[in-house]
This record gives sequence, structure tokens and C-alpha cells, in this order.
Amino acid sequence: MTDNQLLLALYRDMRRIRSLEERVSEMFVRSETAGSMLHLSIGEESVAGVCRAMEAKDSFTTHHRGHGIFVARGAEPSRMLAEIAGKANGYCRGKGGSMHIADMGLGHLGANAIVGGGIAHAVGAALAYKRKKQKRVAVAFYGDGAMQQGILYESMNLAALWSLPVLFCCINNQYGMGTRVDRATANLAFDERARAFGLAGEIVDGSDVEQVHEAAERMLANARDGKPGLLVLTCYRFYGHARMDKSPYRDSAEEEQGRRRDPLQSARDKLIARKGAGAESLDALDAEIAAEMDNALEQAIAEHLPDIATMFEDVYAPDQPKPTPLRARLSAILSEMTR
Amino acid sequence: MSAVETTYREALRQALIDAMEQDPDIVVMGEEVGLYGGAYGVTKGMLEMFGPERILDTPISEPGFVGAAVGAAMSGLRPVVELMYVDFVGLVMDQLANQAAKIRYMFGGQIGVPMVLRSQGGTGRSAAAQHSQSLEAWMAHIPGLRVAMPATINDAYHLLRHALTLPDPVVFLEHKGLYTQKGMLDVSKPDGPWGKALVRRPGNDVTIVAYSKMVQESLIAADMLAAEGISAEVIDLRTLNPLDDATLVQSVRRTHRAIVVTEAHQTGGFSAELSARLHELCFDHLEEPVVRVAGEDIPIPVSPALERGSVPNAQLIAETGLWLVKRQAPGWAAE
Ligand SMILES: Cc1ncc(C[n+]2csc(CCOP(=O)(O)OP(=O)(O)O)c2C)c(N)n1
Ligand SMILES: [Mg+2]
Repeated sequence: MTDNQLLLALYRDMRRIRSLEERVSEMFVRSETAGSMLHLSIGEESVAGVCRAMEAKDSFTTHHRGHGIFVARGAEPSRMLAEIAGKANGYCRGKGGSMHIADMGLGHLGANAIVGGGIAHAVGAALAYKRKKQKRVAVAFYGDGAMQQGILYESMNLAALWSLPVLFCCINNQYGMGTRVDRATANLAFDERARAFGLAGEIVDGSDVEQVHEAAERMLANARDGKPGLLVLTCYRFYGHARMDKSPYRDSAEEEQGRRRDPLQSARDKLIARKGAGAESLDALDAEIAAEMDNALEQAIAEHLPDIATMFEDVYAPDQPKPTPLRARLSAILSEMTR
Repeated sequence: MSAVETTYREALRQALIDAMEQDPDIVVMGEEVGLYGGAYGVTKGMLEMFGPERILDTPISEPGFVGAAVGAAMSGLRPVVELMYVDFVGLVMDQLANQAAKIRYMFGGQIGVPMVLRSQGGTGRSAAAQHSQSLEAWMAHIPGLRVAMPATINDAYHLLRHALTLPDPVVFLEHKGLYTQKGMLDVSKPDGPWGKALVRRPGNDVTIVAYSKMVQESLIAADMLAAEGISAEVIDLRTLNPLDDATLVQSVRRTHRAIVVTEAHQTGGFSAELSARLHELCFDHLEEPVVRVAGEDIPIPVSPALERGSVPNAQLIAETGLWLVKRQAPGWAAE
């Protein structure tokens, strides 16, 4: 693949992320989502650079803002949107929703609504791959907020101590809810933290997807050889924390400045400047993706909701006894009443 | 002062402000409590009122800042820590259960930990399995922790005010489905003393015991039962520790029947404790077994209908009451 071919592929990945997230937003406006705890990855699409550098057999965990990562790892948009809508054919049968989307087939070990909750799982996955000599890498994706969570450092220490094939990937979008990253920590040199544990540590410009891809490729190769690392993508969260948040804690000048650090726009500009693609062909690509996502949205909306009885399934393995429903317990008590 | 109409959220906020104005040692700390005004808006505007020395935004480091609150409480401050969702208590359980709860006892009574951990739980927002739980039983199980769960606007204010005068750690659990509810607040008149359960609606045929949001469902159920000619008494526990079993016992010895209602899972839940006490203390007075109407023993699903179906509602409480008192079996009764 030439540089331009690669950039075009990354552009496509990133456009699909943005386009999907726009449909999530639209689905919310149409009151079709399960709740409003929807965290959009607009502004951090360059995570596609990491996703594309991973191999098919690699696995990953994500934080709550994981739609973009998952679609870049091959998720079917309609089934993602169906899950976000709480539909029966969603990736998690309408049980998990936006913050808990997962698909073992695609190596997605789970999105997590506990900040930092999924990081150690990637370390554990890496431990299993190492023991089974599978040459797979597990990637833990998480936000800058989780950089202040203790379990991250326990995880880094384990990864370095046991030389595990794991990549820690922090998407620093400058905010954890309303807290700008410099209000959460006195030292922003996150790469140093990794090095303190004996891991490789790098910070890259998240508005430049080529830079992200290059660093990820290199660090994934090292991780595969038992040299784990931390890769930090410096981005900007374009919109509110969740769908309802209007970001009153930051001013519009800052937002305007932040949104100029747009990985999608800069990839597009570069492609045109380097004659990797013309504006017209990119427009056509965008339109094709928009149609794909519109389709996915309508499909998800048309899907049916899960049958209520399914709520007792999946608490335990299918061949194990299910929890007894409350009404069955009440029936047993009340039908025993004789006096 | 007379009563004014306000919301649960506003009542909590007012309690914090009034307490902080009286006690300069109170500090509020937690994620997004300052600039953002609290994930559910309880501390809105308080950063401007009290400044960053007393309203501390913390990083996402729950074990760290809850542990720091414990140390600060041992050293002259009275911290109010906001844990954004009670589901995150898993992260801080060591600091709560092994540290805050035991320090007075282990150290032979030398020192206490006067802090309040505010959090909120419950379903209603499709917030899924890690943001919707009712975990009060975890904390009510630990000697040394007080646990309050206000159901009304007036209690939101007064129980929090009282918690902020206590010498020991208090876990103060709000419900995400109550914040925007309106009701009357009289800052000069508590509904009742701390530690006392209250009869929210008197009745003779069956006692319904509940706390937090389930009090409201129980009151609606009592209305439904009244339409069927059944007089239900509804008792609001208000605090799980201290636990006022005397008020429950008094009621059940009179009504001879009881339903215990919780949003939390049934198995190993606080409903089991209440049921056990009623059986022990009212054995000879009971016409029927004490029945628990509780959340299903499943994680909370995201899909709205499933989420609603996983926790009790007024309808289910009323159907159970009807069966218990009149032997009228509901549609879901097993053959
Ligand atoms: C343990 C825990 N603490 C707090 C929260 C509430 N919360 C959800 S997302 C979030 C901010 C996370 O910021 P970051 O890690 O930077 O991710 P981003 O939202 O920016 O993608 C917070 C505080 C949570 N879900 N889990
Ligand atoms: Mg962030």
C-alpha cells in the first residue's frame, strides 16, 4: 500500500466513525435510543489509525466512548445502532447498550462504563495469549480521565513485569466530563508515567491519523514481542460529554480552536494536496458512507425490542439454571397460604 | 418558617449550603461537584459560593479521594464526598468498609470518622448494568456505617442536615429518579427524628415497608388497594441504619400482614433483613408470611422495557397485596 492509499483507507475509516456517530445523535433526537448516556467519538476518529494497525486476531477493550473504535474494528453499523437502541438483534441482545457493546467474534472484549474498568482485562487477555503462544496483542483503549485511576498503574506494572503483549491506548480528548485534563493532574507527561514502569511511552498528535498509525504499527509490533507500551493520542472532544451535555464549562472560543484539530478534515486536505484523491471522489465516498449509515439507522429502528423473558437469560451460562423470576417466587409463597 | 415547594435536588443542595454556612469544617469533594455543578446538579453554583478550598473537584480516582476524606475526617474536617453513581462503590469499598467503618472500633474509641458519602442509585434512565444498581445492602451489612435513603423532599433536606452533625460515617443514598420530583420543604420542621421510620399512610389490613423511591410506588399501590377495599399502611424506613424495627413491629402486630418492597435484588438484599426481623418479632401476630417484592436477581438491562420489568412497581405491589389480603390471584399467578 502506498502512503496515499493508506491515508485514503484511514480517511474512509474515520468518515465511517463520524457518520455513524451522527446517526447515533439523530437516533437520540428521534427518541429511538435506550436512554441518553451516549458518548460520541467525534474529534477522535484518528483512533482508526490504531485500529487499522491491529491484526484481525488482536483483541481490545474500550471505555464508554467506544463506538468509533468498534466500527473501525469491523462492527456492523446496523447491529451497533440496534444495540444502542436496546433492540433484540443488537450486539448484546439489548442488554448492554452503548456503554457495554461487545463482540467476541471481532475481538471486542467489551466497552465499559466504569472508568478504567476494562484496562486490566486487556492485560489478562495478553497473559492468556502469551501463555498460549498465540502472538496476539490486546489493546486497552481508554480516556484521559482513566489516567488518574489507580488500576491503570497496577495494570501497567503487571504488563511490564510479565512482558505481556498489550498496548495501552489513551485517547486524550482533553476532558473527563467537565474536567479539563490539566485540572485532573499536575503532570501531563503521560508518556513518562509509562516509562516509570518500564513500558514504552509515546504521545502523538491525534489530529494526524498517519502519525497515529505509524506509532501504533511500531508499538503493536513491539508489544507482540513482549514489549508493552502506552500510546497517547492528543485529540479534542468536539461535543459534550454525553448527548445531553452542552459543555457550559468551556467557552466557545476554545471549542472553535479545538474543533480545528480535526483528524478527518486534515486527512482530506492532505489527500487532496498530495493528489491521493480529488475532492469530488472524496465527496462521492462521503455520500456512499452516509447512505450506508442511513440504511443502518433505518434498519436498527425497524428492528424489534427484546422479549421481556429474555432478561433472565445470560445471567449464567445457557445450560445453567436461570434466576427464579420474582413472580414465580411470589406464586410459590402465596399459593401455599391455606388459612 | 413555612413550607415551600421545591425539588429533591434543590432540597439536597439547600441542605449542603445551610450546613456549610454553619460549619466551616464541611468540605465537598468528588468528581464534577464544582465547575460542572454535580452530575445530577446537586452542587450547582456552590463552587462560586464557597470557593475551590471547600468545593473540591477531584480526578477520577475514587479510592484515593474517598480515602483522603477518611483521613480528613480524622483530622478536623467534615467531608461530604460525592460518589457519582453508587455502582462505583465497588472501587471504594475498602475505604468504606475496612477503614471508615472500623476506625473508631479498632482504635478503641479514640477517634471517629465524621464524613458523609453521598451517592445515588436506581433504575429509570436506561443507564444499564453499571449505572443503575441499588447496592444499599452492601453498606448496611457493615457495622459502623450509617445508611440513609430519603424518599421525600423534606427528608432529603433534613436527613442530610442531620447526617452532617453525626460523629460517624454516613452513607447517604439518593435515587436518580427522584431528583426532579417536586414536593414541600419546611426547613424548620423535619418529618420526624433521624432513625425513626414513619407511617406515610395509615391503614389496617396490610403493612407495606419501603424506602427511597419505592415509598412512592407503595403509596400508589395503597391507592390501588383502597379502590379494592383494602386499607394498606405504608411505612417509610428513611434510614437503614439506624433501623427502627419498633415502628414496623407495631404496625405489623396490628395489620397481621406485611409486604417489604425494595428496588434492590431480592437475594441477600435488605428486604431479607426486614422480613427476618418481622418474622422474628411478629411471629404470633402474622396471618401470612411476610412477602418480599424486590428487584429481579439479574443485572439491570439497558432496553427500557426490560429495565422497567426488572424492578417492582405499584401494580405488582398492589397485586401482591390483593392476593395476600383477599386471596385474589393476579394474572401471573402460577397454576
Ligand atoms: C469509576 C467511574 N468513575 C466515574 C464515572 C463517571 N464518568 C463517566 S465518563 C467520565 C469521564 C471520563 O473521562 P475520560 O476517561 O477522559 O473519557 P472521555 O469521556 O473523555 O472519553 C466520568 C467521570 C464512571 N463512569 N466510572
Ligand atoms: Mg477524556
